[in-house]
Amino acid sequence: MAMMLDGEMLIAGHGAGTILRVDHPISFWGGVDPKTALISDPRHPRHGERLAGRVVAIAELRGSSSSSAVLLELIHAKIAPAAILLRDTDAILALGALVAREMGYGDLAMVKLPPDKFTLLTEGRRAHVEGSRVTLD
Amino acid sequence: MPAMDLSPDERRIADGADGAAKAMAMRLVSETGRLLGAQRLLPIVSSHVDGCLYHGDSGTYFAERLASDGGQVAVPTTLNVGALDLLHPDRVKGDAHHREMSLRMMRAYEMLGCRPTWTCAPYQAGHRPAVGTDVAWGESNAVAFCNSVLGARTNRYGDFLDIACALVGRAPDYGLHRAENRRATVVVDASGLSPALRNADVFYPVLGTWLGAEIGAEIAAIDGLPPKQGEDRLKALGAAAASAGAVGLFHVVGSTPEAPTLTAATQAGPTRAIRLTPEMVRTARDRLSTARDGAIDCVALGSPHFSEAEFAALKRLASGRRFRVPLYVCTRRDLVEREDLSGLEAAGALIVADTCVVVTPILPAGAGTLMTNSGKFAHYGPANLGYDVVYGSLEDCVASAVEGRVVRDESVWR
Repeated sequence: MAMMLDGEMLIAGHGAGTILRVDHPISFWGGVDPKTALISDPRHPRHGERLAGRVVAIAELRGSSSSSAVLLELIHAKIAPAAILLRDTDAILALGALVAREMGYGDLAMVKLPPDKFTLLTEGRRAHVEGSRVTLD
Repeated sequence: MPAMDLSPDERRIADGADGAAKAMAMRLVSETGRLLGAQRLLPIVSSHVDGCLYHGDSGTYFAERLASDGGQVAVPTTLNVGALDLLHPDRVKGDAHHREMSLRMMRAYEMLGCRPTWTCAPYQAGHRPAVGTDVAWGESNAVAFCNSVLGARTNRYGDFLDIACALVGRAPDYGLHRAENRRATVVVDASGLSPALRNADVFYPVLGTWLGAEIGAEIAAIDGLPPKQGEDRLKALGAAAASAGAVGLFHVVGSTPEAPTLTAATQAGPTRAIRLTPEMVRTARDRLSTARDGAIDCVALGSPHFSEAEFAALKRLASGRRFRVPLYVCTRRDLVEREDLSGLEAAGALIVADTCVVVTPILPAGAGTLMTNSGKFAHYGPANLGYDVVYGSLEDCVASAVEGRVVRDESVWR
């Protein structure tokens, strides 16, 4: 049964794909390969998963201020996530999507969901993101 | 989230009155401010840009777009390292595409009116905003030094946002720009450590590593250190802290400008206290090394970039000796032009300007063991280079380079 989750729209856009849950903290810089969109940090539990085309649910981001550059590179190379769902606002990651929009590379929807809704994002389930709303098939 | 309150002037800039580059920059700064929960923008007096390091073609295109749209920085702006050593073109081993796109990126930032300083220690190259002034700086060690040692106010402005703030001369009013957010909430008492350790340079990157890992984004006042600590020690402390954790500001009682006394650093508010023990410090030190002994392949110094005083110390230690393995020294270009480095080079030192060994391919590819006195090199070496790392003092590093194997004086840690 479809389920609708309303959150806070960080970056306007829309996208659909299957959910990839990233519960362990991740840094895009040093943690995601900008050439392949693979999670490249060998110590990360989701090492080897590919972000391209997925609705990526990220519980916690870590560190580097160059993560925005990695996200921009993914969007420019057309291997970005279909959408990104966050539990906390992350201005650095959002900046990568803002610059992509300014450069005309496309929109990447980014929505913040409260913890009780974020936990409903189950791995592999199909999700549509539109504005501030996430619909689970 | 509601949009921010832009002034009429800021609104005009966002709408394109000062050209397309400033309009894009104003939209990026105000949108980011909105995401951060800032109510308004505030004027800044300078900027330090870290976005000039090549991570991929899109970053080059972004800088070139701003430049071709006629962008010019509104405040004095220095540049952090790029991916090339422009003084020693053969030092960096990247392929032709990497070289070309890195160079195009560096040139675009110069066209925007930024000073081509190419250093992570701009504060030792004359860029020193006054205590209490608002600035927008990028690069973690530069941010930590700017806030902590200069007492100027900045958040961690990352790629794209740093140059956007510089172009419009404004930054979102939040975080460390606000006096009430700069107060220490944790007191770290170092008085239980031996005086010899507290007086040793090799202690400071270790203290920083501990601070980054254990305190992170909280603000610490470190008490119990000898007063009036020198800049190079505070620089090493801050760089290690900002590598190991999200440290943007720390206070050292008796040494940094917002901490003439402990009460000043805490703004007389509530704190929690941690007393450092020799065991805690040794654990932090051991975390900086992935190898203990045996042969080494190279030594790397200068993260942050080597200063005049550090060169003087290195020249003293290296006098009359020859290095068996390459000893890389990363530094700023103005020092390369001013210092007589021929003796060091004759001894086997390789000088790196404008960049450094952990952000661009300089070291021989493949695994090896690197020795360093930098907490930051020790932190990034294994992941960025695939090298094992041994941490030691400058004296240890020189002795090890001469012998080609790890030589460490452990006495100060006992």
